Amino acid sequence: MAIKYSQKVIEEFTNPENVGEIEGADAVATEGSPACGDMITYNMIIDPETHIINDVKFRSYGCASNIATASVATKIAKGRTIEEIKKLTPKAVTEELDGLPAVKIHCSVLAINGLKAAIREWEKKQGLRKDGDDAEALDKETILRELRNVIHPETGISIVKMNMVRTIEVDDGKIFVELLMGETDEMFYENIEEETREHLEGLPGAFDATIKLNDKPITKGL
Amino acid sequence: MSDTTHEYAYLDNGDGTQVLPEVLEAMLPYFTESYGNPASLHQLGLAAEEALDEARESLATSLGCAASELVFTSSATESNNLALAGLRAVNPDKKHLIISPIEHSSVRNLAKHWAKKGFLELTELEVDDEGRVNPESLKQALRPDTLAVSIIHGNNEIGTIQDIETLGAICREAEVPLHIDAAQTLGKIPLNLHELPVDLASFNAHKLHGPKGVGALYIRKRVKIRRQFEGGPQEGNVRPGTENVPAIVGFAKAAEIAVRDMDKVTAHVNDLTQKLADGLMAIPHVRLNGPAINSSERLPGNLNLTFKYIEGEAILMSLNYQGVYVSSGSACSSRALTPSHVLTSIGLLHEEAHGSIRFTLSRLNTEADVTKAIEVTKAAVERLRAMTAFIPEEHSERESEHATTFYKKKND
Repeated sequence: MAIKYSQKVIEEFTNPENVGEIEGADAVATEGSPACGDMITYNMIIDPETHIINDVKFRSYGCASNIATASVATKIAKGRTIEEIKKLTPKAVTEELDGLPAVKIHCSVLAINGLKAAIREWEKKQGLRKDGDDAEALDKETILRELRNVIHPETGISIVKMNMVRTIEVDDGKIFVELLMGETDEMFYENIEEETREHLEGLPGAFDATIKLNDKPITKGL
Repeated sequence: MSDTTHEYAYLDNGDGTQVLPEVLEAMLPYFTESYGNPASLHQLGLAAEEALDEARESLATSLGCAASELVFTSSATESNNLALAGLRAVNPDKKHLIISPIEHSSVRNLAKHWAKKGFLELTELEVDDEGRVNPESLKQALRPDTLAVSIIHGNNEIGTIQDIETLGAICREAEVPLHIDAAQTLGKIPLNLHELPVDLASFNAHKLHGPKGVGALYIRKRVKIRRQFEGGPQEGNVRPGTENVPAIVGFAKAAEIAVRDMDKVTAHVNDLTQKLADGLMAIPHVRLNGPAINSSERLPGNLNLTFKYIEGEAILMSLNYQGVYVSSGSACSSRALTPSHVLTSIGLLHEEAHGSIRFTLSRLNTEADVTKAIEVTKAAVERLRAMTAFIPEEHSERESEHATTFYKKKND
């Protein structure tokens, strides 16, 4: 399937800004992994008084839209406060790029979440957030929020928004999630399962995720 | 853009090729002059039917089989599906299927679907780290209720050519039909179906400078399969629907030319592939995927490389915007966002599959294409590595000392 990127994506991919690392960065965070095929590392300088992100740079291992979204994310973040960035959604990036193909929407999620991860790192260092804060919060709500980051590759919409998440159970760091596959073609199962696992097992306090893909026909009353 | 010189280098001939002028010329009359339906009883129908017969005879000669053993289809994908589903329809008691783990999606997805639905049990054979099927694993896998064995003759991604004589002999002994997907081998290596222990074989035209939308299935005499959709009595009752006469004529012509020019073309393509490989493998941290290039075990013109520590879709797009057209086995370049099962089956880690690029050359490529591809790829790899977040020591499960040198170099 040919990929048609917007002119803006091509420009950002060809000439990305803010590439590299920052000597003596206040926060460094990596989102994604090489096994998944996309990963971004951000370096940030944050003013402790104003909470303004004075500088941010990235390194990318990923596709053209991974690089383009990271480049745009750094441009958005620079000069803004961490409070502003924490409120951003991936839409901020896709709008700036005149849209992304559905199969690439997950890149915008990674780009924005990477920024937020760097901010969390900084907050921990500043004592604004404790390690324990996250672990305690491993509940159904946290899991559902995290699953909003799992994007269906065919539609470019989160599996939560697509109403696929049917069961969430969590017990002592062990997560069980059931996804209703509905109209989803079998070819997407592997990616959806892996993406879901990656996101859940990356949650603080989580050490194991069981994912059940339920492909029974949709019935009413669930 | 003129016909003879273009500003791009097309190195994706494993996906599709340019139709040769001679092929196009052979096809044209069947659009505008002898445009009748071969099933019609009048003069124009007869002209089309004669063209169809001639094309079938000609393709049979190219393949070393009888014309009566060939059925025209829309693609190798259809041929693969027809072969396996057609066998299954006449052998409902056979509940086991054997495939290699490096099949084209048309065989793989069908087999996986059947297994998932519980229609039959599926065994995937072992392959070595260059994609050769292990004959011992085939011997062990065969059962009395095995429907068929389906193996890709020349792999579309890494170019591995299977030892069909050996594998077929094993199937013969067990009296299990062998189907081969020969979409990539027709016209590239000598083929003589009557001398091969093969019962069914799938082909198409657009890999050998013929048109898209036409394929063929070889069904050895006395092998029975059932049609998969209903309609008229075309193609020996096995494949209903009016034949695509111009495309079939083009297919036969393309195969004829490919067989005629095989030695000359192979020498040309091998020479260019060697030059391309020499240029690209001079880049540090590059891995060749599949058997040695220009060996009898690899398709001529196939070069599949992993550029470590960077991602294939980004390489592909960099090349694309510079006018070099290739393909990749990375997850990000697939519709389903999964890495190539061929590359993971021969032992590549996901991140190694993600960095893969396939270059496939044809008779129409030139030295200038190779020079351009080397230049553009080198620059793209250098640029992407300069910005990569991949730190070999931290992120790779399989790293040696050269990875460490790479990282040091990056930070210099």
